[in-house]
Amino acid sequence: MWRVGTVVALHDETATARTITLEVPDWPGHVAGQHVDVRLTASDGYSAVRSYSIASAPNSERRVQITVERLPNGEVSAYLTQEIIVGDRLELRGPIGGWFVWRSQQTEPVQLVAGGSGIVPLMAMIRSRASAGSTVPFRLLYSVREPGAVFYRDELRALSGEHRSVIVTYAYTRTVPKDWPRPPGRIDATLITDTTWPADLGPACYICGPTPFVETVANLLTASGNDRDKIRTERFGPTGERK
Amino acid sequence: MSSYISYLDGNAAAGELSKVFALDVTAAQGKCKHCGATRRFAEARLYMEGPGVVARCCVCEHVLLRVVSARQGVFLDVRGLTYLRFDMMG
Repeated sequence: MWRVGTVVALHDETATARTITLEVPDWPGHVAGQHVDVRLTASDGYSAVRSYSIASAPNSERRVQITVERLPNGEVSAYLTQEIIVGDRLELRGPIGGWFVWRSQQTEPVQLVAGGSGIVPLMAMIRSRASAGSTVPFRLLYSVREPGAVFYRDELRALSGEHRSVIVTYAYTRTVPKDWPRPPGRIDATLITDTTWPADLGPACYICGPTPFVETVANLLTASGNDRDKIRTERFGPTGERK
Repeated sequence: MSSYISYLDGNAAAGELSKVFALDVTAAQGKCKHCGATRRFAEARLYMEGPGVVARCCVCEHVLLRVVSARQGVFLDVRGLTYLRFDMMG
């Protein structure tokens, strides 16, 4: 049930978040949106388990990427973002979850809404779309504290720039870049109307973020005419870390 | 810190429940014994602050399922569910 993965690469996304690439020899493959449980065990036998969304698209190389945000007093996230080195081994359980997933056979437009590190499983969907050669139109509404807190910035810019194949809208809640058209603020009904797919296109909606964020966005999407059955959600704890 | 009691969703219990279920439980449809609402397990409200995991109905908030891992084994209480229906395709 628990598999062993070896860290093969580390990449800092922001000042507090790091992507860890693991090679897992007996990895059975995954679907975009799924997560893994990571178990750390201390020499005295104490162990802690945390869930992390998978950031990478399904691939044949038996590699799994997770992006971990360092949390105040987060015992596991502190280790994963600061102490881990290439060559270390981690215990993994998964892939887990068959509901909050996007499969490349899906044909309806996709609306993604991320709050902070909730971008991670949605990025797996965006990457899965690209690697599968899907032409399904994607939109991403990404709520984030400030420009420096954006994950995967260059990759998102490349994907949204070239053929506008993924339309990305940033909603900064605390600090906006220079000359930004909107003042800092949370996602509201106007932003939903202006930047998400019209409900009559029947988009598949995926929302991931902290619980209050997910509640708010799910209600806004429903109020703008989206069918509740087309809205799938994944919540993080108040600390941003799922247990 | 947020003032209301925090909860996650059914996705968060999937790892713990994979000890017990051979199939993925998040996509399963569960019927609440109290209010009769039928929802995906992923939509349940998950409370993980205590010694175990408690899943509550997202409509009426009654307890659907509890799972506790102890030294003797895993205790699973599903008395709040009339049934769990697993899709057998893919």
